Parts: sequence; C-alpha cells; structure tokens
Amino acid sequence: MSVFGFKINEARVIDYDKTDKRILNYLLENEPSFNLCIFCGSCTATCSAGNFTDFNIRKLKMFIRRGLVSEIATEAEKCMLCGKCFLVCPRGVNNRNIILKVRDALTKIENHEI
Amino acid sequence: MGKKVVVIGGGITGMEASVQLSALGYSVTVLEKESQLGGHLNDWTVLFPNLRKGNEIVSFLEHGLELQEVNVIYNSKISGIKKINKHYEIVLDNQKQIIADAILVATGFDLFDAHRKEEFGYGIYENVITSYDLEKIFAEKGEIKTPSGINPKRIGFIHCVGSRDEKVNNHYCSNVCCVTGVKQAMELKTLIPDAEIFNFYMDMRMFDTHFEELYLESQKKYGINFIRGRLSEANETIDKRIILKVEDTLTSRPLKMTVDLLVLLVGMEPSKGTKEIAKLLNLKMRESGFLKPEDDHTLSNVSNMPGVFFAGTCSGPMSIKYTFTDARAAVTKINCYLKEYELQHRILLN
Repeated sequence: MSVFGFKINEARVIDYDKTDKRILNYLLENEPSFNLCIFCGSCTATCSAGNFTDFNIRKLKMFIRRGLVSEIATEAEKCMLCGKCFLVCPRGVNNRNIILKVRDALTKIENHEI
Repeated sequence: MGKKVVVIGGGITGMEASVQLSALGYSVTVLEKESQLGGHLNDWTVLFPNLRKGNEIVSFLEHGLELQEVNVIYNSKISGIKKINKHYEIVLDNQKQIIADAILVATGFDLFDAHRKEEFGYGIYENVITSYDLEKIFAEKGEIKTPSGINPKRIGFIHCVGSRDEKVNNHYCSNVCCVTGVKQAMELKTLIPDAEIFNFYMDMRMFDTHFEELYLESQKKYGINFIRGRLSEANETIDKRIILKVEDTLTSRPLKMTVDLLVLLVGMEPSKGTKEIAKLLNLKMRESGFLKPEDDHTLSNVSNMPGVFFAGTCSGPMSIKYTFTDARAAVTKINCYLKEYELQHRILLN
C-alpha cells in the first residue's frame, strides 16, 4: 500500500533577511568590480560554456547578490574560465576572477574559514 | 516705457525669465503666490548631478532680480484674466488690476501625493517617507534617524512613485526621480557608512550629462545596490520595520526584504496653479494635465492664446538645467512676439 501524504513545496520567494551573504561579502572584498554589474547580460551572450550548456553567469552573479548558496555551488563549476565575459563587459567587471573567487569562497565555507 | 510682461510664478523659470526679459527692456511683474521666491528649489538642499548646494542657485536668481529691478508681487492670487484687444488684464484677489502685453505662465509642478499609492504605506506606516521628506531630514543636518527614532541600517528606495503608473493615471516619466534616488542613496551612505541601501527600479533612466557617471560612482564608491523590480506592497513588522515584496526580475523569483526606512521617490504632477491658470486662460493641456505647446518641435513655449507663453515644469517634468534653458527659450519667443517679428508663422510643409 502506498503511503498517503502531501508534499510540501519549498517557497520560491527569496527571503533576503535570511539568505547567506558570505560569498557576496568575500567577493566585495576580493573583487570589488563585482559591484559594478548592471546585469546587461553581455557576459552570458558571449559565454563559451553558456552556448552549449545552461550555464548563465549573469544569473550566477544574481544568486551571489541574493545569497542563494546552493544555487551558486552548482553553477560555479560550469565555467570554463575562458575570460571572454571580462573582455565584453561594458563596466569592466572581472567576471573570470569572480568565478575563481567564488570557488575560493566555497572552499572556505566548507572549511569553516568564512 | 517698454511693453509689459507679467510672469505668473516665481520659481526658477519665473525668476530667470524675468531677469532676461527685464534685461531686454521690458517692464516685468512677477506674481508669486507664496511670500518668497524660488519655489521648490528652497526645499532641496543639495542638487544632482554634482552635489552643489540648492541655495547657490537661489542666490544666483535673486541677484539677477536685484540687478534688473524686477517688480515682484508676493502672496498674490489671480481671480480673473480678461483679454482686451491685444493685451490682457489680470485681476488679483485684492481687486488690483495689471495690464500685460504678454504673459509667461511659469506655474510649475506639485509633487505627487504618495498617500495615493496606499499599498506603499505612506501615511500608514511611520517609517515610510518620501524623497521630499528625506530632503527635509538632510536640511536639519543632524544624525539620521527613522521616524521611529532608530539609526537605520537598511534602507530601501522605490523609484517611479506616481510616475509611469496608470493606476494613478500618470503615464509619463518624471525624469528626475532616478537620479534623485541615486543622489539621496549616496548622501545617506555618506551619513551612515554601515547602512545597506537598495534601490528598487523599473528602468534606470540616467539620460543627462553626468547622470550615468553618478550611477556608476554610487556603485563603485558607495556600494549602493540596485534591484530591478517594482514594489507590490509594503507591510509593517511588529517593531515598525517595513517588509517589501517585489519580484526580483533578474532571477525571476519573488523577493522579500525588511528595511528600517523606506523612501518613496515621488514624481511631478502639473501644479494646482497650472490647472487654475490653464482654465482662466483657456490653455490647451495634454492628457497628463501639463500645458501643451502649439507644436512640440517648432513652437515649444507657445500656447494656443496669442501673447500667452509658458515655460518650465508647467509643461512637463524637467530638471533645473532644462528649466533654465526653457525659461530663456520662452524669453526669445516673447521678444519675437512683442517686436512683431514674423518668425512664429513660418511654413510647415507636410
């Protein structure tokens, strides 16, 4: 007999008061150009990885801003580090270094350093 | 004796136009409804985009009026305007009559009344204020506190309050609120360095000289955060903080955030005075209620009534820079009219 029950969906709302800003703060300190992004999407349009996979660096940067750590961890692995996103950015955001620093931050979180 | 021009309204437009008209030799009378000149400019401490002081501009305008000995009638209220042949007779509340060969309407704007966006909580929650209220707080020059009396650590700005919103019947953009939001966010961050500041916008309209640079600077030097999404409603917590609900459109997810202080960037509406004068003089208005020129490209400042001109924010939202330009442009039109140059009647082929 199958178990009768209800599934509770997790709310889709981003509760900004409760999300985890450790990666955001780490980035603001170590790659301040992060703050200059206006989310135009030119990085995503030129992205080598994004042209063949569902990787979206603009969205990744959005997740960082909002403190959505589980989304960040899965996304940050997908980048190939080609650096075209840095070349194309109208505001000089060092996107490639952002990926590197995000990976650093994730390791630091794992090791309880931040 | 030179011909007579009556300028209705002693804000930036009225003051600058009076100075220029007087310099051209016309006899100018300014009718001001308040007991001082300068209009809204008196309420603005520091101006975008270069953070210069508002009262510098007031003093510049006042100096012009002194040099030109312009006649100003304060606390004046117009009860009627009659057209007699080629001139106008303006009757004030105290029965005083003034003759004008030309009239410049410079009756300006009123700020949008934020109570009308009830869902944003102005007048309901004490920690929801407007950009105008914030300027008054800046003017007091003390420590920044919320109306509840705490030092705000997280502050939200809402763009487009009363603008671009058919729910309040204002379809137009008020032009100056985006840059005001950036300016005020930077000022607040300077006064409260550990505050987090979030600007919620629909589009960032940084159209003029140095606006975009100011926007960049607000991110680079001040760390102001910009979230693309319009506030749906504000609620109050038990400790009088404000909960915002928006769509974070760039992650396509709803977002909830609590702030200590919420600032509504209120837009411009045609002033009550503009509507009254339009009625008295039978002037054409746009659907928005702002005055409508005879031709948007070639005859700005020229009304449908001969000898009646208008300039400044009674014709639509504009910044101080454009208000000056518009005032001076109207002066050339008035000069052409009074000197009977035939420039206004040039042919438009279609």
